[in-house]
Amino acid sequence: MNALLARYAAKLAASGLTLPGGALIAALDDAISWNMENDPRQALMQRLLARLNCSALLLARPTGVYQAVMASLARRALLDGTHIIAPGDCETRTFLHDIPVVRGLSDRGMAGALARRKGCVVLDDDGAAHVAAFGAVSPEQAFVTMSSLCFACFVAYFAAHLRDLRLGTMTGERREEFARTRSLLPPERTDRPALAAGPFTSEDAARAALIQAGRATVEYGLVDSSFGNISYRLKDGETDTILISQTGSSLDDLAACLDPCRMDESSCAALTASSEYPAHKAIYEGGAARAILHGHPRFAVILSLDCERLDCPGQGECHRACAAPRRVADPASGLDIPIVPGEVGAGPFGLCNTLPPAIRGKKGVIVYGHGLFTLGAVDFREAFASLMDVERFCREEYFRRAAALGGEAAGEDSRASSRP
Amino acid sequence: MSGGMCGGMCGWTGKILRLDLSTGAAETLRPSPEVYAAVLGGRGLGGHFLRDFATCAADDPDLPLVIAAGPLTASIAPGSGRCHLTSRSPLTGAVGDASLGGRLGTELKRAGWDAVVITGRAEKPCGVEIDDHTVRLVDASALAGLETTEVDARLRGRRKRGSLLVSGPAADSGCLLATLLADGRHAAGRCGLGRVAGLKNLKYLAVRGTGRTRIADPAGLKAARQDILRLAAASPALMGRHGLASFGTGCLYDLVDARRMMPTDNFRATRFAAAGGMNAHAFAARFQPRRHGCLGCHVACLRSARDGRGLPEFEAMSHFTALIGNADLELALRASDLCDRLGLDPVSAAATLACHREISGEDLHGERLLALLGGMGTGQGQGAELAQGSARLAARLGRPELSMSVKGLELPAYDPRGAYGMALGYAVSTRGGCHQRAGAASHEILRKPVATDRFSFSGKARIIKTAEDMIAAADSLSVCGHLLLAASLEEYARAYSAVTGLSATAQDLLAAGERIDYRERLMNAQNGFTAADDDLPPRFFAEPGTGAPDLPVPPIPRADFLACRAAYYRIRGLTPDGLPTREKAAALGLEWPQPGAAGGGA
Repeated sequence: MNALLARYAAKLAASGLTLPGGALIAALDDAISWNMENDPRQALMQRLLARLNCSALLLARPTGVYQAVMASLARRALLDGTHIIAPGDCETRTFLHDIPVVRGLSDRGMAGALARRKGCVVLDDDGAAHVAAFGAVSPEQAFVTMSSLCFACFVAYFAAHLRDLRLGTMTGERREEFARTRSLLPPERTDRPALAAGPFTSEDAARAALIQAGRATVEYGLVDSSFGNISYRLKDGETDTILISQTGSSLDDLAACLDPCRMDESSCAALTASSEYPAHKAIYEGGAARAILHGHPRFAVILSLDCERLDCPGQGECHRACAAPRRVADPASGLDIPIVPGEVGAGPFGLCNTLPPAIRGKKGVIVYGHGLFTLGAVDFREAFASLMDVERFCREEYFRRAAALGGEAAGEDSRASSRP
Repeated sequence: MSGGMCGGMCGWTGKILRLDLSTGAAETLRPSPEVYAAVLGGRGLGGHFLRDFATCAADDPDLPLVIAAGPLTASIAPGSGRCHLTSRSPLTGAVGDASLGGRLGTELKRAGWDAVVITGRAEKPCGVEIDDHTVRLVDASALAGLETTEVDARLRGRRKRGSLLVSGPAADSGCLLATLLADGRHAAGRCGLGRVAGLKNLKYLAVRGTGRTRIADPAGLKAARQDILRLAAASPALMGRHGLASFGTGCLYDLVDARRMMPTDNFRATRFAAAGGMNAHAFAARFQPRRHGCLGCHVACLRSARDGRGLPEFEAMSHFTALIGNADLELALRASDLCDRLGLDPVSAAATLACHREISGEDLHGERLLALLGGMGTGQGQGAELAQGSARLAARLGRPELSMSVKGLELPAYDPRGAYGMALGYAVSTRGGCHQRAGAASHEILRKPVATDRFSFSGKARIIKTAEDMIAAADSLSVCGHLLLAASLEEYARAYSAVTGLSATAQDLLAAGERIDYRERLMNAQNGFTAADDDLPPRFFAEPGTGAPDLPVPPIPRADFLACRAAYYRIRGLTPDGLPTREKAAALGLEWPQPGAAGGGA
């Protein structure tokens, strides 16, 4: 168990959410296991564990830009008296609902928040943000919640900045804070991974390509480990099967998490396939794509939330009922990516209804507040390139819009790196 | 009969109907708000009314049969249109209970009752008819021995609206595997609760209500509902293309086969060679099923053939194929349908047939299978012996180890060698061999809320304990276990608070669930259950399952199982012999049982 906890802590550090040693994780069965011994937070964690009926607990101090955005949002939530951060992204709306904010690292305060929600943000006496999260079943839940909170707060912060600029409610103090926060953004990665060339005609080859592309998507920061999904249509002779990542699987660890689903649906094997299997299947049925890659690139999601129609009567329903044709487009490069509404999965407002028709003839589609789906005709090279290209454009476009709205000068985000 | 809503209370009606079939006396009980908050409803309320009669024999008129709705019943909270039946199981001697769908719970609440507590024994077969505040006992002698479909049809002739809970000939003929069937399709299937009704000469319960549940915060409830529906839509197992909403519970068949944990030939193997042609897709292609569900549920996980016969649910589908070596779809459907008509638990019935098949060496084909089932449901021929369940059968034949049961309740269709959390859950379940008490399939098979290593006991002691608490709370709120594949008590706590006006968190509901579970252990301990009963049949520790080169299915490591069970006892607050302690009971606010106590009530 200790090794498993250490692995989750290492993944948080590797993805830049914490510094090494920044996350303390406890697993409780008959006795407590820790990812590291002699951490001064253990006493607090033990008091917190005594107040909760759970199997795992995490207390982590986010770092870099995540520290900045969480602390800022938490301060605002405490100041306005709501004690809630309410991001508009899909993951939060679906799985977290909202994020409680607690003042001070007290077991009582955190227990109150964790009795209601899977995780919370804690603002300590020095103004630093921490995340507390629990797992009813496994430490993986706490890890996923931590990851989700970081993503949600990142998106919420940058989306709110643009919206407040549009509304004219931005203050000088927040402009200065934004400049500091922006300087913490990790450099964009521009090198391309060497992905296997298709088409793949054997299940083994397709599996290997899926595993490789999934890992690269996480390594390039285009999705957090526990989100996104990926599939490949294996069509050869009588074989017509979709190999797809399982629900709740980590894209950087797919070896044992790929489900083969027959196109003729003569088996219910897709019972454990990704929530977005219906959308993947409909896309394959409606076109010639062989590969689908779905990531959560941050600025693509943020830009999907940015809307000029501030007086739109449909506000609050954008994620599932926006009827306006929206897109991110770059005439110079020919990039043309529709933005569509749609919730997770197969409900009446599910993205399985909106995504497949929108992606026909396109390289990809952004689902409002959720993420980006891209296609490959034979393998994942094209899909991955589209994922990177769209995110790069969205990041640049975000800061262009911010500058145009008086937020900051354009062109400040030209830093790029060939390394993560 | 006095009536009227209890002033000020939301969610609950505040009234319990206690009905003595011996005298015909009806009484309205009004538990305090503190009782409701402590036990919630449903299963918790059942335990509350059973506690002082927990040692009564099945034929003791004092033994209550409790039918209880929950605070969410008859609200718009998704998957909450249920109720819970509780008594002492005549099959196992332990607590016997079952969650029941259909519309009975909703009608009960609308009629102004949170629960009906039925005691006594009528002189002749009777029915109970509840229309709002009016309660009548009706002579049902003419219905004795009739199949459930016939009882239903006759009653529907004059009771076109409302809910009907009926028994079949199994309940009348001494079968310990007897069920009660609500609204023609929804069974209170396990633990032989139909036989409890039979011993009371209760043939049916008909309920119609026209009232409404008072909701404290309709907007809050609507918001909680939307959160739950959004999670349900995101769940492949519930609303996915191959999930419950598309194929019914039979969708599990392929997955359990692929994981090599399908109980085959009385658990001698874990893979059925013919499974590929017996899955939900095959049933759908053959019978073009219609969808059905409980009142107000959007998942609609039941299926019926075009001719009206109910398609087997996953457990029956697996046990009437793999467990007994049957590769005939039509025969599986006929067997399952016959169980419905006889009022017979298909899981226990099929498992008892499999036990008989292994001991006798008799192959069960076609009419022979149906004849034995018919005998089980009517008390005729060799079937009458099988009607006492596999544990009694195997013991009588000198092969007790071949009853694949825990505490005398036959195991469902997940082989525990393929899921160690399931193994522990089976062993320590308060009602015996049951997969629903701890729901380990959720994380060990369906990856929700996250996947766990199904071949490891690591962490499983606490996982199972917490899951038992969660499910006890859900059973008491009246929430369907299927919805917990998507939502959690986090969302249902919001619904509960909105409905009742009582502020509660998921942790509060877990605490209530822990109390409810522990009370059941107190009652089981009164009836002599110890750690010796919290165990699996020896086969699982000695024989491997049917593995594959890349997927071995070894026997369960006995030492690891015992270590995990010991850890579970410590976490649950039990002695090393699995018995409750006074200290833990007091900490949970539970009274220590008094020997020979009687009375109970509110």
